[in-house]
Amino acid sequence: MSTALGAEAPQFDLPGVDGQNHSLDSYADSDVLVLVQSCNHCPYVQAWEGRLSAIASDYADRGVRVVAVNSNDADTHPDDSFEEMQKRSREQGFTFDYLYDEPQAVAQALGAERTPEVFVYDRERRLRYHGAIDDNRDETGVSHQYLRDALDALLADDEPAVAETPAVGCTVKWR
Amino acid sequence: MRIDFLFWRDCPSHPEARELLRAVLEERGVEAEVVEREVLTTEEAEELAFPGSPTIRVDGRDVDPAGAGSRAALTCRIYHLPDGRVSPVPSREQLEEAIA
Repeated sequence: MSTALGAEAPQFDLPGVDGQNHSLDSYADSDVLVLVQSCNHCPYVQAWEGRLSAIASDYADRGVRVVAVNSNDADTHPDDSFEEMQKRSREQGFTFDYLYDEPQAVAQALGAERTPEVFVYDRERRLRYHGAIDDNRDETGVSHQYLRDALDALLADDEPAVAETPAVGCTVKWR
Repeated sequence: MRIDFLFWRDCPSHPEARELLRAVLEERGVEAEVVEREVLTTEEAEELAFPGSPTIRVDGRDVDPAGAGSRAALTCRIYHLPDGRVSPVPSREQLEEAIA
């Protein structure tokens, strides 16, 4: 079961595709932290990752950091190995940090079930939005920009009008 | 015509693919025996050479031959649309071509 609205962000210290380790404290300067349960192999992730990169870029100078976390078992899904993550990040030009949660501890702490699945934390690192990036995996059919709307609300010190939506995507591949 | 519709329940794309297939068959006036099979285990996926959900075969031929040879697994299948985008379901054009 997913973490509840208002819950604290989980602690983590994970290797990123940039060769550096990243912890929750690494993002202490950011007003808003977006954790995205993600991976390489899933077509839903691939359909949304360009939009996620655009969001990371568009909000970077507004105090928002976007961090994707892959917790999938790479033994059953080799495309989700750390090496493949580095490769995909390079090829796709990800503008967000991409971390490898090999112990699956972050996914467990978040109660994540799907990829992609978004968790948005405010300045105090309390969960304020959880769910989908927007309402359609097909970019041409999007009518509700859930993540952008939530970020705009939080940056304006407002409550997101929609705080929870169902995440649509592949299941997290547990070991 | 026989159409095998293989799916894995944990991937949410099969209802959309099933509906798309139904619509294409209806629009084209094609009568086909659609045989659905839920793939439940990795062993089954390997036996069936199931590269992901959904997999649709028309008279034994995959509607996306380019992706048919991917490693068998219980996973969502990736389809590449003609415009370069990625989709968890085959395109209407792929289905139309497969039943033509």
